Amino acid sequence: MDLILQQMVNAVSLGGIYALLALGLAVVFSIVRLINFAHGEVMTVAGYGIWIALASAWPVAAAVALGLAVAILAAVSMERVAFRAMRGADVTTLLITSFAVSEIIKVLFQNGISARPVPVVLPAWMSGTLDLGPVRIGVIALISILTVALSLVLLSVFLRRTVMGLAMRAAAEDFPVVRLMGLRANHVIALAFAVSGILAGVAAVLWVAQRGSVDPLMGAAPVLKAFIATVLGGLGSLTGAVIGGFVVGAVEVCLQGFLPQSLLPYREAISLALIIAVLVWRPDGLWPAEQTSRS
Amino acid sequence: MLAVRDLKVRYGAVEAVRGLDLSLARGQLLALLGANGAGKTSTLAAIAGLVPAAGRIEIAGETAGGLPPETLARRGVALVPEGRRLFAGLTVAENLTLGGAVHTPPAERRRRVAAMEERFPVLAERRHQKAGLLSGGEQQMLALARALMAGPRLLLLDEPSLGLAPQMVERVFDIVAGLKAEGLTILLVEQNVPMSLAIADQAVVLANGRAALSGPAAEVAASDHVRRAYLAA
Repeated sequence: MDLILQQMVNAVSLGGIYALLALGLAVVFSIVRLINFAHGEVMTVAGYGIWIALASAWPVAAAVALGLAVAILAAVSMERVAFRAMRGADVTTLLITSFAVSEIIKVLFQNGISARPVPVVLPAWMSGTLDLGPVRIGVIALISILTVALSLVLLSVFLRRTVMGLAMRAAAEDFPVVRLMGLRANHVIALAFAVSGILAGVAAVLWVAQRGSVDPLMGAAPVLKAFIATVLGGLGSLTGAVIGGFVVGAVEVCLQGFLPQSLLPYREAISLALIIAVLVWRPDGLWPAEQTSRS
Repeated sequence: MLAVRDLKVRYGAVEAVRGLDLSLARGQLLALLGANGAGKTSTLAAIAGLVPAAGRIEIAGETAGGLPPETLARRGVALVPEGRRLFAGLTVAENLTLGGAVHTPPAERRRRVAAMEERFPVLAERRHQKAGLLSGGEQQMLALARALMAGPRLLLLDEPSLGLAPQMVERVFDIVAGLKAEGLTILLVEQNVPMSLAIADQAVVLANGRAALSGPAAEVAASDHVRRAYLAA
């Protein structure tokens, strides 16, 4: 029982990061139909921002703020420099553009800083653990869970209580009609990238805190998992992205925790096979995006 | 209020509108009639900035051709699109809020939402319901109210009675007539020719992207062509 509780904590902690990243992918996809594989590099940029700040002896809070700020800047710059010119292009062109942006940023970090991981030194208190009843939980895991919960609540409030949040939800359903309401396409899209940047920034903070290092490929694996999560949840569905993120995290943690040693090398294959099985059962994902009624 | 000269809309090799002239004075209602594929919706889409078009479009004396839909909306053009195209996953109140999102301070927006709920009481009852769950008639009320939230100078209506029950069709035409009586300038695209001509000041009958007939609504209604083709007389 204790082991199950422990694994649940781990699943929520990891799944939360995937959920944030998947949500960032979904926010952009739902509006511009772009699966931004350079989203992982936004996370990497934020990671290096945190590394530079901590290496310069900045306080942790300031380093986190810098990480978030550079993530927003990176995401919005990507849209302005690379994706705006491609607006309206077919899916293949958009995908190739996002891969190109992703590769360029990776190479810049590999040549400009180092291809190897650089250590991020966190305060000692963050590596401690807390005993909550039968469950021993790491401070970083606890921070991760609370941060993910707070981020999702804040995003939900933004999407439901502000005009621009409503505009983003509406744009995900029918972007041309949002423009008919007088809302500028460039603003709505830039805001979507900014929101995805914040989410990638938060994910980067948690990822770096859990792993203690940054490298040019840091965002590649998590964004792939996030992409799987968005497909599993229902491409373009924000709720689906969050559900998908937690499911992918839970599957990964459960397989890691409960598979026999001899099957551990097949963990990823089993995980993907399970997800494919779910998609065969529900091709539109677990929580498909709502479509505008055309009655 | 609206002057359209030699409007042409093309989708690849297909020419949907082939040199159309329209003129609509402030406070008047122009009915744009015609069979399916005559170019009515393409004309509205071009005026609203949704599709590229050749020719000259002027709204309130200012050139409007080639402007994006958001700029035209900010200049007072509101389109109720064919099929309503509400934001199905948003509530009635959220749809209304978005309709008045631009240049409207929050207090004024709330006042306008309250005014719309007074004008369309069913929307007050359904305030927190998702738009996709409303009936066809309720959706049309919401689509109209959403467009009115911006306080438009020119209202473009694309087939507002399409797919509605006869009673609801009458209600929709009553509302449109009421808006005209309040002084709103309206360009109405419809397939319900008798009811459209009954409330219109002017009418244009489109055929193959061109104006086959135009003039005061009463004269158009009396023409042999319209009586034979649309009024079953």
